[in-house]
Amino acid sequence: MIEAQGLTKRYGRTVAVNDLSFTVQPGRVTGFLGPNGAGKSTTMRMILGLDSPSAGTVRINGQRYAELRHPLRQVGALLDAKWVHPNRSARSHLRWIAASNRIPPRRVDEVLEIVGLTGVAGKRAGGFSLGMSQRLGIATALLGDPTVLLFDEPVNGLDPEGILWIRQFMQRLAGEGRTVFVSSHLLSEMALTAQDLVVIGRGRLIAQTSTREFIDNASESSVRVRGPEMQRLHGVLTSQGLAVRDLPAGDDGPAALLVTNSTTEQVGELVGRVGLVLHELSAQRGSLEQAFIQLTGGDVEYQSGGLGTPGAVRPPAQGAPAQPGEGPFAAPAGAGQTDPATQGGTTR
Amino acid sequence: MTLLTVERIKLFSTRSPWWCMILATALTVGLTSVFAATTKSRDLNDLTPSVTQFAYNFGLVVMMVMATLAVTTEYRFSTIRSTFLAVPRRTPALLAKVTVVGLVAGIVGEITAVGSWAVAKAIKPDAPLAIDTAQEYRNVFGVGLIYLLSAVLAVAVGLIVRQSAGAIVIELVYLLLLENLLPSIPTIGDNIQHWLPFTVGNNFIVAGQPETSDGPAVITGMPFGPWGSLVYFAAVCVGLFVVAGFLAKRRDA
Repeated sequence: MIEAQGLTKRYGRTVAVNDLSFTVQPGRVTGFLGPNGAGKSTTMRMILGLDSPSAGTVRINGQRYAELRHPLRQVGALLDAKWVHPNRSARSHLRWIAASNRIPPRRVDEVLEIVGLTGVAGKRAGGFSLGMSQRLGIATALLGDPTVLLFDEPVNGLDPEGILWIRQFMQRLAGEGRTVFVSSHLLSEMALTAQDLVVIGRGRLIAQTSTREFIDNASESSVRVRGPEMQRLHGVLTSQGLAVRDLPAGDDGPAALLVTNSTTEQVGELVGRVGLVLHELSAQRGSLEQAFIQLTGGDVEYQSGGLGTPGAVRPPAQGAPAQPGEGPFAAPAGAGQTDPATQGGTTR
Repeated sequence: MTLLTVERIKLFSTRSPWWCMILATALTVGLTSVFAATTKSRDLNDLTPSVTQFAYNFGLVVMMVMATLAVTTEYRFSTIRSTFLAVPRRTPALLAKVTVVGLVAGIVGEITAVGSWAVAKAIKPDAPLAIDTAQEYRNVFGVGLIYLLSAVLAVAVGLIVRQSAGAIVIELVYLLLLENLLPSIPTIGDNIQHWLPFTVGNNFIVAGQPETSDGPAVITGMPFGPWGSLVYFAAVCVGLFVVAGFLAKRRDA
């Protein structure tokens, strides 16, 4: 388990990480999501005691990293696969790291086997491809059989096969009850890997929630409806206070109506009550990337625009929520029921 | 003890330290053998144990480069971060490194010193090369101690500068230029010279012997005797390492 409390890092006048608090639970993959430059790596370095925070604390299993005895047996980290002397062999690299925490030397060959580098163990690490370096980095992280694992952008620059391997690997580690904290700037990648998310933008916490909850809240949910009597349909929906847009006939099919911020259930029941015929009723989702940019980009405006009225800072064309509190920034009301791990999840 | 093993693995699992050690030995012993071979028989009486060490600075510079690289390559390739992840308190890791690097430099220093003396003895068996007096022991075996302490200083500079080229340039410019140029300042030059670390360190090896044109330079009127000079030199090297260690502990890795 990792607990950060009010973590802050200033470089001169620049604030890289600003009052960040979150917890990372064992037994699941927690994604650490934010655009490039949001402060993810700085936060990870502070967790590992490489950078000292300007304010706040971060604890791993209740202790600061510097207090851990033989830290590599409790925490494994892959921050940068290139942290290897290029003229040292993979085995020598692992050997000195193992020796530093009194990890038995045979473990070196075990982890090389796990990541599939046994064949090149004696080769100099400088000649490794990115994928091989990444595997060596993972071998390093696994050396002490730690219960807490941190990965910083592990899939960057990997081919699809490598991405799939790492994704399944992290899920397996979490399945074994370990704490897995993995950073990424790609929501689509995290959607496939992580069960929980800690989302930051510009060094500030945007949300801590389950991935499903985050995506549901983040992406604009709207409903596409079509029927023979479009005029009446339009009237029925607007009379109930729903925002309705006309979709002209085009590539997506014949002309239809788009009801923003609604569900198929809501629209279906409404229309059914007045006995209208429908030819189409389908849920539409905005892309994850769009939603993510909207969320993290919005955080900039947040600082000047004040808190609490997310609708006010988002252009209406993107489908502003009808009432404040229903936007993606709102606390996920159902989180506690669907997902015990997100109870007390922080949102701003 | 484990951390000493770690630093030993790190130092010897790349090739450049090996090359530095070979180069340091070859340079000093090689130059001394040329010196001994070209000594004319009428100058034979001047070929003393002290003179066989005339080239020790060459090996010293090479070992300081090795000691610097032992630190700066860790910064260059970010393995210092892996080191600090393994030993988050940092100080034990830095102490282990300076111990291993210092000892290796010291051993190489003794090998070059004894090697230089032995090669001279082999080439000119009739020269007065017997090691009997305390001064002659210092002349030869003292060299290793200066290597060891200089390596400590080089590790310190590496930790402060954290960059290979910068650290090595600073060391070479200081050792080869500044320590030789500062004494030529009028009036105060001599006073400054008496406190320059490497000049004082050299005084440990040569103190009390008459100046010859061949061996390491002897400067008269030094404030300390030989052992006092060694303590002063050690204080400077260890002092700088303490400062460097403090910085390394405080700075973000």
